[in-house]
Amino acid sequence: MRQLLLFISVISVGILFISRLFYLQIYKTDANNLFEDNAIRKVYDYPKRGFVYDRNGKLLVANQPTYDVMVIPREVKPLDTLEFCKLLKITKEDFVKKYDKAYHYSPRLPSPFVPQLSKEDYAVLQEKMRKFEGFYIQKRSLRDYQTTIGANVLGDIGEVNYATINKNPYYRMGDLIGKQGVEASYEDILRGVKGIKFIQKDRFNRNIGPYKDGKFDTIPEQGKDITITIDAHLQAYGELLMKNKRGGVIALEPKTGEILAMVAAPTYDPNILVGRNRSKNFTKLYNDTIAKPLFNRSLQGVYEPGSPFKLMNALIALQEGVMDENEHVTCYRGYKYGNRFMKCHCNYGTRNDMVSGIQRSCNAYFATAYRKILDKNGSASDGIDVWSKHAKSFGLGNFLNNDLFVGQKGRIPDRDYYKHIYPKTFYSTYTISNAIGQGEVATTPIQLANMAAAIANRGYFYTPHIIKHIEGETLPENFAKPKFTTINREHFEPVIDGMLAVYEKGTASSLRVKDIDICGKTGTVENFIKIDSVKTQLTDHSIFVAFAPKENPKIAIAVFVENGYWGSRFAGKVASLMIEKHIKGEITRTDLEDWLLRHTLEDEYAKPYSGEPFKINGYTTLQTVDEKTYSLLKQKLNQLNNTED
Amino acid sequence: MVRDTNRHFKFDWITIFLFFLLVGFGWLNILSASHVGTDINYFDLSQPYGKQLVFIFLNLILIVLVLAIDAKFYERFASIIYIISMLSLVGLFIFGKNVNGATSWYGIGSFTIQPSEFAKSAAALAVAKHLSDLNTNIKTFKDQLRTFAIIGIPAVLVLLQNDTGSTIVYGAFIYVLFREGLPKAYLITAFSAIILAILSLKFGFIAASMVALVVVVAMHYFRKKPFRIYQSVFIVIAAIAISFVVKFFYQSILQPHQQDRISLWLRLEKDPAKLEAMKKTFAYNLNESEKAISSGGFTGKGFLEGTRTTGKFVPEQHTDYIFSTVGEEWGFIGCAFVVITFVLLLLRILHLAELQKSQFSRVYGYSVAAIIFIHFFVNIGMVMGLIPTIGIPLPMFSYGGSGLWAFTILLFIFIKLDSNRINEW
Repeated sequence: MRQLLLFISVISVGILFISRLFYLQIYKTDANNLFEDNAIRKVYDYPKRGFVYDRNGKLLVANQPTYDVMVIPREVKPLDTLEFCKLLKITKEDFVKKYDKAYHYSPRLPSPFVPQLSKEDYAVLQEKMRKFEGFYIQKRSLRDYQTTIGANVLGDIGEVNYATINKNPYYRMGDLIGKQGVEASYEDILRGVKGIKFIQKDRFNRNIGPYKDGKFDTIPEQGKDITITIDAHLQAYGELLMKNKRGGVIALEPKTGEILAMVAAPTYDPNILVGRNRSKNFTKLYNDTIAKPLFNRSLQGVYEPGSPFKLMNALIALQEGVMDENEHVTCYRGYKYGNRFMKCHCNYGTRNDMVSGIQRSCNAYFATAYRKILDKNGSASDGIDVWSKHAKSFGLGNFLNNDLFVGQKGRIPDRDYYKHIYPKTFYSTYTISNAIGQGEVATTPIQLANMAAAIANRGYFYTPHIIKHIEGETLPENFAKPKFTTINREHFEPVIDGMLAVYEKGTASSLRVKDIDICGKTGTVENFIKIDSVKTQLTDHSIFVAFAPKENPKIAIAVFVENGYWGSRFAGKVASLMIEKHIKGEITRTDLEDWLLRHTLEDEYAKPYSGEPFKINGYTTLQTVDEKTYSLLKQKLNQLNNTED
Repeated sequence: MVRDTNRHFKFDWITIFLFFLLVGFGWLNILSASHVGTDINYFDLSQPYGKQLVFIFLNLILIVLVLAIDAKFYERFASIIYIISMLSLVGLFIFGKNVNGATSWYGIGSFTIQPSEFAKSAAALAVAKHLSDLNTNIKTFKDQLRTFAIIGIPAVLVLLQNDTGSTIVYGAFIYVLFREGLPKAYLITAFSAIILAILSLKFGFIAASMVALVVVVAMHYFRKKPFRIYQSVFIVIAAIAISFVVKFFYQSILQPHQQDRISLWLRLEKDPAKLEAMKKTFAYNLNESEKAISSGGFTGKGFLEGTRTTGKFVPEQHTDYIFSTVGEEWGFIGCAFVVITFVLLLLRILHLAELQKSQFSRVYGYSVAAIIFIHFFVNIGMVMGLIPTIGIPLPMFSYGGSGLWAFTILLFIFIKLDSNRINEW
């Protein structure tokens, strides 16, 4: 019995130890993940982010080095905070706040402490950095915009957020990621792949050499340069013309689907979203919920298309054989259906065929056409599905499936859509507004530009896209394949003749450009907003769709100017000028140019927020900019013209 | 049992094999824990692994010497060896060299020797000699006192030299004395006192006293021969007294670092901020060693592949914390291997001790097992966070010449005694 005591002790301790080992090494283990191992320092080597060039090879976006102060909270030792804060130009409160934030994210993973130091601050700090354990400097590259235009096109990069980190393990806290524009849509290509070095640390947090002689280290893969389809000159010109207006412009090259210009107004200088002021400036832009500078109106602005949509109805009517191009419709200053009436600008008793119907934008003509389409087989429900299918074949009512980071579907209604609104009966007259591009149809500028391109091509389009070339890669096939519409080629000629007539003698006759056959269509769209939940009408939107030249078209364009009143008043001028700029490279209609620079719609935009009753459309007066602003804009224009080579 | 009487084969080869297994595996881990960079020169005498290799070679000579000496020598000269050993401990007060707060070393040039390591063997010999004396009866109080004195002198001497760890080792002799007939009461008292001490530190002396009272009352009813009232009262008063003394001892006598270690072990500190601070200061070693062991997982990271070992995250890793290297690089498999090897070695020694015909050999063998067991329990227990931090080496495994040689002498004297078994009677 007495012999057993030590014997039992030995056995029990053996069992106790093995249980403890089991607990430590099998149950609770955090075995063998290099990334979790705090004996191994992970040093990231960030590759060069790809450059962005415009279609003519002009460098738009390059890089500049920047230095982030990073912190690993767990490794921080007591330090002279006063000195540290002074070096970083932050307050003690900031220090505590930032430290807590980093600690909250993770005590053992690096978080950015003060991002994006200037070169000067870095130089001073670098000397003293070794005094502050747990902090280190991470070199990154920031964007260096070579231009002040195209903020909505180029986008910007910013610190990656938690949601992305959780979704994509590639990104670590403090990494930069494309947030908007091509930076976002071509993030993977521009970014490259960062390299990583595993470095063995000792307990004093000193590096003692590469882990396993660098067996697991990877070298960074450089980001690839891209060339975008934007013509920087045209883009800059468009942005200048759209100054002091709100809206969007899309210019496409019909034979390729390349986006020549994508203007969203108002816009901002992309340089303000670089560096330490990024978040301040971004917040300012983000919080501007009235002008919405971050809202890319050319892609996201969903508007009723108005009269340009009449082109679509004309095409469908021809395709469906319900109207002949020579068939006349008499307009009695409007169109009477049942006991309701749709007004028109035509003189009483005007007889319009298709060309003059488009030229005069006759509501009665297209109301007739629309009703004939829907009532072709006696069922408006069947008719609207046919109508809808044709319209959708132009890329309307759906995402274009392109390479742009944002977009909107717009809306082309069909039977299902109306089933909920008119559950019992459905007649063509119910939706007569669609005849003139109002009512339920809604499009974005890029969709309308695409429609213009399809008309210019006489029946097909290429998906509008922004990428022209990626270093060492071929473009997706999708962009090189024509998409055919459901309208036969021969039906386009009368419509195009009508569009030409719009310029020759129609609603845009004042916008003619010498030597260029422009085919266009104006649009004037009623629009409403709710002010204190009262539906209030605002001045009409000014819309214009065009392509040129008539034969072998080089450019298709859609312009929306919010509250610009009628189509040729603002939008038409912008379209004509941009067409001339693109085709001729110089401007003969400097009168239009001057007019646009001189006029502003800011008053118009302020009205609904003034809190006072206001007048619209015919009762408004045009507002001009003051001399100083005008001369500034003029100066910019001269600069632009001078840089042209 | 019939044994080959040939001199060359009568040693217990199983024990010797287990001994060399531990020494060899220990050296591999010392190499891991102490190497710098990737090129390793095994005989680099500026590095612990190089020195240890030399110690191991010298150790072979020592083994031959220990085995060559006649077995009777150890018994006959036990008292003299003990006295010399005690003098060497006393000498430390005059000539000792202070390393890490303990005055436990003699320094001769760059070479240091730690006499307290050898004193364990001397004490074991002396205890064996004393108990095997025909005039000694451990059941008598006088002989108990004498025996305690033999054990107590070195224990107190090393305690005065601030080497608490080595003092605790002498507690191992309670196993030996119990085996040889020390009354149960001592064991029960010692065990109860430890439990009481822990309870009173953790839950306060009132709780501890209540537990003592409940136990006494229970004993009163369930014991064949119930306590008398005065016995019960005495026990409860003693319990309360112990609680007070422990509390006083903890707060006033123990040095702050010892208080901290106990406080950490008993989880007395509840404030998370202070706990976090502890992890960075005195609990740093423990925290890092537990992490290193944990990070090894089932199979470990591989020999020389431990990132925490390479980064020298665990201070003193090649000495007291050597087991954490095993944990990180060899994983659960390697650790279990070491634990099982130790258990087998201990059981083998115990088995051999019980086979001894002379009481001297048996008591000595038992002492060897008990001393190695306490080291094994305290060291690995500490490295894995099961008991408070107490700095004693892992026998045969940890870096250090004195320790290795002392354990070699301790064990091989017994192997020699065992080989002489059939010559007894």
